[in-house]
Amino acid sequence: MTFRVDRTAAGQAPRQTGAPGLPGTKTRPTRAGTSHPGRLARLRRDRALLLLAVPGLVLLLLFQYVPLLGNIIAFEDYEPYYGIVHSNWAGLSNFAVIVNGDPVFLSALRNTLVITLLQVVLVFPVPIALALLLNSMLSERLKRLVQSILYLPHFLSWVIVVAIFQEMLGGSGLLDDWLRSNGHPTLAIIGNASLFKAVLTSQVIWKDSGWATILFLAALSQIDAALYEAASVDGASRWRMLWHVTLPGLRSIIILLFILRLGNILSVGFEQILLQQGQVGLGTSEVLDTYVYHNGVLEGQWGVAAAVGLVKGLVGVALVLGANKVAHLFGEEGLYQS
Amino acid sequence: MSRARTANAPSGVPTPSVPMRAAKGVVLTLACALVLVPFIGVISTSLATEKQVTDSGGFVLIPNQITFGAYQAVLAGGVVTRAFVISVLVTVVGTAISLFSTTTLAYALSRRGSFGHRPLLMVVLFALLFTPGIIPSYLIVKYLGLLNSYWSLIIPTAVNAFNVIVMRAFFMRLPQDLIDSARIDGASEATILRRVVLPLSKAAIAVIGLFYAVSYWNAFFNALLYINDTSKWPLQLILRTYVVNNSELGASQLGGNEALPPQQSLQMAILVISVVPILLVYPFLQRHFAKGVLTGAIKG
Repeated sequence: MTFRVDRTAAGQAPRQTGAPGLPGTKTRPTRAGTSHPGRLARLRRDRALLLLAVPGLVLLLLFQYVPLLGNIIAFEDYEPYYGIVHSNWAGLSNFAVIVNGDPVFLSALRNTLVITLLQVVLVFPVPIALALLLNSMLSERLKRLVQSILYLPHFLSWVIVVAIFQEMLGGSGLLDDWLRSNGHPTLAIIGNASLFKAVLTSQVIWKDSGWATILFLAALSQIDAALYEAASVDGASRWRMLWHVTLPGLRSIIILLFILRLGNILSVGFEQILLQQGQVGLGTSEVLDTYVYHNGVLEGQWGVAAAVGLVKGLVGVALVLGANKVAHLFGEEGLYQS
Repeated sequence: MSRARTANAPSGVPTPSVPMRAAKGVVLTLACALVLVPFIGVISTSLATEKQVTDSGGFVLIPNQITFGAYQAVLAGGVVTRAFVISVLVTVVGTAISLFSTTTLAYALSRRGSFGHRPLLMVVLFALLFTPGIIPSYLIVKYLGLLNSYWSLIIPTAVNAFNVIVMRAFFMRLPQDLIDSARIDGASEATILRRVVLPLSKAAIAVIGLFYAVSYWNAFFNALLYINDTSKWPLQLILRTYVVNNSELGASQLGGNEALPPQQSLQMAILVISVVPILLVYPFLQRHFAKGVLTGAIKG
């Protein structure tokens, strides 16, 4: 801490001589906290820095924040011809599909929740198990090799992943070719509506479990080796060490990732699902995001689609904030601290 | 690092039993095979001869003879070639724009106590919490007159708040003395960024740049949403049309020869072409990405 203050002071003091044009009143660094230069003086001092922020900030505001205003059409009877300003107000009528439970909407909501539940239960533990396996590998080089193989699918697009799954498990794919040439009945896993959610889940596991191990491996390397030594002195078996040393060491990162996952509970693999809906029909495959896309962009029910999207977004933010609160209650750091 | 190694095999801990180690080996080998076999199959089929593809029923794991006919057909100047060029251009231009706006913003946010530091940082951090909905994003792109323009594939996703935060954390851990002394010498902020900060941050810039490049290359939905003109489609949409949806690829789409290799080989060749750029940067990505990802996780 003292080192930090010294460095700031050393860096700051000569600047007064280096920039004689600046008002002499602003002297001490703000970080040291002795006296703050005036707001205006700071603005003048940092204007070059602020100028650098402009391009990035403009892009962020334009495509991250301004679209929030576009949510106004959730309360309008939006007609592209009239635009946002001149379309008629519709009050809350666009939200009727949610409140009254439109069957198509309810089906999309149900599919979304089922897929999320499947993914939290089946996908979430896989990288933890993989990371534990990798971490226990004794050969560093072999471990590196396995990691590079397992990380690879993360960098492929969903189009490629879906195409690869079709080539493997589809009606004319590798598996069915093999079954056919050996005289067995074929399975045609892809395109089978009742297996759709299982296929989705396995695609997510295939694509991202390897990559997701990175954070767990980093957390594992932070666990103090002395804890293992102490445990072994006490005669703990490897299983007990896993339970009493390793898993507690992973607790924070598991909670953090779980919070992030909660915020996305209503977003399940939009691109992934959109690509495969043609094969299985909307009944089993429509989720909230694809519902918004189909009804809004394709069908022109802009207001209704925007209303569903808006509620979905709000629920997501509320879930993250809520989960973060809960994490604080349990004494964890969570996503951020207020 | 040495800590990591000792955690692997802490002293005095009994080494696992042989069956246990064998079981672990089997699981990890299986996991690797699940990733590698599809790749080998796709590459093999794209290189196999027509006869072998027909005989095997569509999929070849080990080609007995290699032909580049599928690649020649696909790269002869038809829809696939055009889409490939579009994807390359969008990726290159997009990555340049993204890196510029990300590094400048990250640098501007890297000094505590500067004017507006906290509110500006909050603007970036808050953007991590929500994603703008599909409809509002579509409307803003429409109002800006970017529909059907290549810019719609770049500008809306040009700045990623998470990458800004990672980059900022990296900048903040650079030796501040260097930056301070450059300032004493009268260097402007832009000069300091260009001449002092960036040369020290090559690894971080490489990682972030590659993340951006991969996301531009892989982007699929933006193009579907914003671009109606099929002649402007990037490679991912071509992949969807001809590989995922199995639309027939004829001589009229590919331009050139009438005697085309089997559809299966053509499809696999398109798949390989769209994976190869990722495979080319992968070793490089791999060397740096763990570092890049972890910088963001450490509180700056």
